[in-house]
Amino acid sequence: MKSSKENIMRFVFLIAATVSVVAVILICVFLFVSGVPAIAEIGVFKFLFGTEWRPANDIYGIFPMIVGSVYVTAGALLIGVPVGILTAIFMAEFCPDWLYRIMKPAVNLMAGIPSVVYGFFGLVVLVPFVRDTFGGRGVSVLTASILLGIMILPTIISMSESAIRAVPRSYYEGGLALGASHERSVFCTVVPAAKSGIFAGIVLGVGRAIGETMAVIMVAGNQAIIPEKITDGVRTLTTNIVMEMGYSTDLHREALIATAVVLFVLVLIINLSFSLIKRRDKK
Amino acid sequence: MKKDVKSSIMHGAVLAAAAITLLALLFIIVYILIKGIPHLTPELFAWKYNSENVSLTPALINTLSMTALALLLAVPIGIFSAIYLAEYAKSGSKIVGLIRITAETLSGIPSIVYGLFGALFFVKYMGMGLSMISGALTLSIMILPTIMCSSEEALLAVPNSYREGSFGIGAGKLRTIFRIVLPSAVPGIIAGVILGIGRVVGESAALIFTAGTVAEVADSILDSSRTLSVHMYSISGEGLYIDQTYATAVVLLVVVMGINALSGFIARKLGGNKKDE
Repeated sequence: MKSSKENIMRFVFLIAATVSVVAVILICVFLFVSGVPAIAEIGVFKFLFGTEWRPANDIYGIFPMIVGSVYVTAGALLIGVPVGILTAIFMAEFCPDWLYRIMKPAVNLMAGIPSVVYGFFGLVVLVPFVRDTFGGRGVSVLTASILLGIMILPTIISMSESAIRAVPRSYYEGGLALGASHERSVFCTVVPAAKSGIFAGIVLGVGRAIGETMAVIMVAGNQAIIPEKITDGVRTLTTNIVMEMGYSTDLHREALIATAVVLFVLVLIINLSFSLIKRRDKK
Repeated sequence: MKKDVKSSIMHGAVLAAAAITLLALLFIIVYILIKGIPHLTPELFAWKYNSENVSLTPALINTLSMTALALLLAVPIGIFSAIYLAEYAKSGSKIVGLIRITAETLSGIPSIVYGLFGALFFVKYMGMGLSMISGALTLSIMILPTIMCSSEEALLAVPNSYREGSFGIGAGKLRTIFRIVLPSAVPGIIAGVILGIGRVVGESAALIFTAGTVAEVADSILDSSRTLSVHMYSISGEGLYIDQTYATAVVLLVVVMGINALSGFIARKLGGNKKDE
């Protein structure tokens, strides 16, 4: 026989567990209700593929921002993925114990540094560096890519490291037994076996890079035009929202919320592919 | 053993990558410390903020209260959800799948989207205005998945023999959970809470449009106020306070390092406990 107290608490736990479901529903409803009518008013095609963003003239095309987000994310991956995966391989297979005790907290700390601190570092170090080395104004696709590349490192490193460690030791030993060197065994048997876990880490990194706001806003220049060179300024979907949300009204404000809707849908797609990879991994 | 060229290249590549990672982190930290520590003046810690002293004390106090408020909301809900998932739900049931999918979704949403949602829902629709409570509610949704997942893992790691022992001496399910299972899971839960604290302290994008940017200590939870991260963003944007921004960055870094050290300490303790068993 169950007492009523037991039943009440069971119900309370259930209610608590549904909070996250309710939160997701609320987020969807409030973003879509405010954003989708704006997209309809502007026109889906004009909104997504319009190359001009001029709120003063009621012209709202977010194509430059979509391109901007894609550019800086791609740039970040170009820098973060090779360094991240190789670092993970080092930590899992090459690192002496004493160094691991430094590396692991270091990577955790990297994940914990606030984006404003990264952004400020980018502003005072990377921006002048890019300006002096590559020309332009320093605030650019390149600067944002380098900074984001550093910022996604911890995500990629931790995911890849645990994927590599999860590979059965027999793979590595098999490689050695065939006469391969330590390096070759690691690179040719262990890493390929860990590839879906590593890929999941990259997908998470993409999510982080595309969603990053405050660091990017400080180093990207934020011009709402499609950049022609990597030293040109760029505006991403996220920064578009922060730049103008404070003073926007009416359709302009709704267009910014619609920008968030586009970002939200992008992130949902990324998340979905992440869980698909994980599920396939389990089989 | 003699190594062939390719193996040496591979070895060199991983060494170089690890060096890049460590040096990047070291460079960021050392640079900020060197530039910032000389500017840690007493004025920076003055009780009240004005445009001359650019004091960070109000922001620091706000950060503490914001963290406390967000945890107050997120921790009970997170732990209760975890209890439901770990102790009550049948694995494979539809509601569990749904909860997991939504938690995963929540943890992937960019902070600016949270900020916008908070501005639309808490600030405007619920009429809370730009305030501590709007910010804390937004942040609590943001850190909920972190706390939920780590608590669930911690609960699942508690051996079943504990529960059976408790049932065996006649305790009910509720008593077993609160007296036996939950206390054993505390270190794991705390680890998740600390991760959540780290996110709250570092957050800025989600707070600008929910808690606002007023540089004063909030008198009540209905007051607008800015946390340290938002404070740093605001003063860095004005361009006049570069030195003070460095100093603020130092304080933020120290806080974050402290949080990391704490979670490392707890993780080690947790590992130690497991060995004892």
